[in-house]
Amino acid sequence: MSSLAMTVEDTMVLARRNLMRIPRQPDLLIAYTIQPVMFVLLFVYVFGGAIQTPGFDYVDFLMPGIIVQSIAFGGFVTALGLSEDVQKGLIDRFRSLPMSRAAVLAGRTFSDIVLNCLSLVVLLAVGFLAGFNFIGATFGEVALGIVLLLLLGYAFSWIFALVGLFSSTPETANSIGFTLIFPLTFASSIFVPAETMPDGLRQFAEANPFTTISDAVRSLWLNTPANSDVWMAFVWCFVLIAVFAPLAVSRYRHVTAK
Amino acid sequence: MTEDAIVVEGLEKSYGSVRALCGVDFAAPTGSILGLLGPNGAGKTTAVRILATLLEPDAGSARVVGLDVVKQAAELRAQIGLAGQYAAVDENLTGLENIEMVGRLYHLGKEQSRVRATELLERFDLTDAAKRPAKTYSGGMRRRLDLAAALVARPPVLFLDEPTTGLDPRSRIGMWEMIEARVDAGATVLLTTQYLDEADRLADRIVVIDHGRVIAEGTSDELKDQIGGERLEVRLEDPADAEAALAALAEIAEDRPVTEGDIVRAPVRGRPGIIPEAVRRLDDADVGIVDIWLRRPTLDDVFLALTGHAAEEEGEAAPV
Repeated sequence: MSSLAMTVEDTMVLARRNLMRIPRQPDLLIAYTIQPVMFVLLFVYVFGGAIQTPGFDYVDFLMPGIIVQSIAFGGFVTALGLSEDVQKGLIDRFRSLPMSRAAVLAGRTFSDIVLNCLSLVVLLAVGFLAGFNFIGATFGEVALGIVLLLLLGYAFSWIFALVGLFSSTPETANSIGFTLIFPLTFASSIFVPAETMPDGLRQFAEANPFTTISDAVRSLWLNTPANSDVWMAFVWCFVLIAVFAPLAVSRYRHVTAK
Repeated sequence: MTEDAIVVEGLEKSYGSVRALCGVDFAAPTGSILGLLGPNGAGKTTAVRILATLLEPDAGSARVVGLDVVKQAAELRAQIGLAGQYAAVDENLTGLENIEMVGRLYHLGKEQSRVRATELLERFDLTDAAKRPAKTYSGGMRRRLDLAAALVARPPVLFLDEPTTGLDPRSRIGMWEMIEARVDAGATVLLTTQYLDEADRLADRIVVIDHGRVIAEGTSDELKDQIGGERLEVRLEDPADAEAALAALAEIAEDRPVTEGDIVRAPVRGRPGIIPEAVRRLDDADVGIVDIWLRRPTLDDVFLALTGHAAEEEGEAAPV
């Protein structure tokens, strides 16, 4: 078997394994559905009235941002799953098998795409119920926005794969995710326009890839001026994958149970 | 044919300033069980991880079925099976799905993986639990499932890292029988254990390691002969007589007798008439006894003599 065919086959075996556990672990399913829904309701109805987004209803401004945040954090399942696999010794078993060195991680990140599709459907449905609408978007622009979001989710899966491999327990993975990455999503244009932020923070938010990607989805779905956001957003995703996928695979080659 | 399936030479591995292995050599002939015996933190797990291609040694070399564990790691992985002390099963998959997955990852193909999984579940007495998630399994069932997964591709070499730690006596004996069955089928097994009775029962040869060094090697009998002699043991009617008993037995003992509770233990050279002589001396000293017997040294005695500490003593373990 060629090494590419082996990698694809092993990846599918492991992606299937990751997906089979979803219906058996309902708490994961809840994380994928209830949590983002809570965020939408919280921001639209609690904070929404106090936030000014000139030219838009807040729900229209918010939905692309909140979908970016939810999809980016979709890969968090990979961090939890991998740190658990390391802890339980499953990674030791996989590493002792004559299988592709990339398959465990590729299987994880691939199954994340499937889960992110599910999460996208739930979020859009809740968004529509809360009053969200695409504004002047062609079918192609809506679709390109979805592709961008799934690509973003894929990039973050690799980041979270690295987090998972460096965490000795799922709890550690959890705290790394929520102390390092979560605040980054707030210092961006995900929830409020960056122009409203004080100097210093504003420049930071404008340089933040979450801003670039949220603004790119807005330009595709709400017909806002695109500037360079759309292609820059794709560049960001590819750069993140190009940096974090090799780092994660290299870490995988050396990780063992504690 | 007595070619060695496992050959380890001068293996060294450190974790930061902790030296887990400081130049270890051993070999296991094809079709035999080699027992790696030592306390927690002795370096047993490190040795297994190097042999199973999970860790690279700092120095030295290791070959398994003639393949170098570093340079030919990819080829070697098709020839080995690993079962560890953590029972590496996916708790959310059923027993059947667990073994099938490992079979697929050995590239047995879908069909063959399922056939083997069904076969192994049957042999390991897990057929009734085959369709239940592994998280519902008992500790013993998980270990059996873990071992079954390691056997799915019938690898010629098996590494078992403390396969019975934490198991109840009945499950332990069950595991031993399964391990012996694999060896009867021609496999070579490297087994780590901190239980002397396990090494005694299973291993053809035993390598005793402590603080990352091999401190003794041989068959169970050779190791016992190494510390020589037999043990004369006396159970006292009254533990308060211990002092008198020690004095009475000192002259016939080869080394200083010791007491442990109401038992007095004296290393002696076994010869006819030694028991009557001991009884006479104890009687002269007015020491009442309940029982008296001679026994061969156990691996426990060997371990104590070699290392100065008991095998199952929980030392402050180095990372393993």
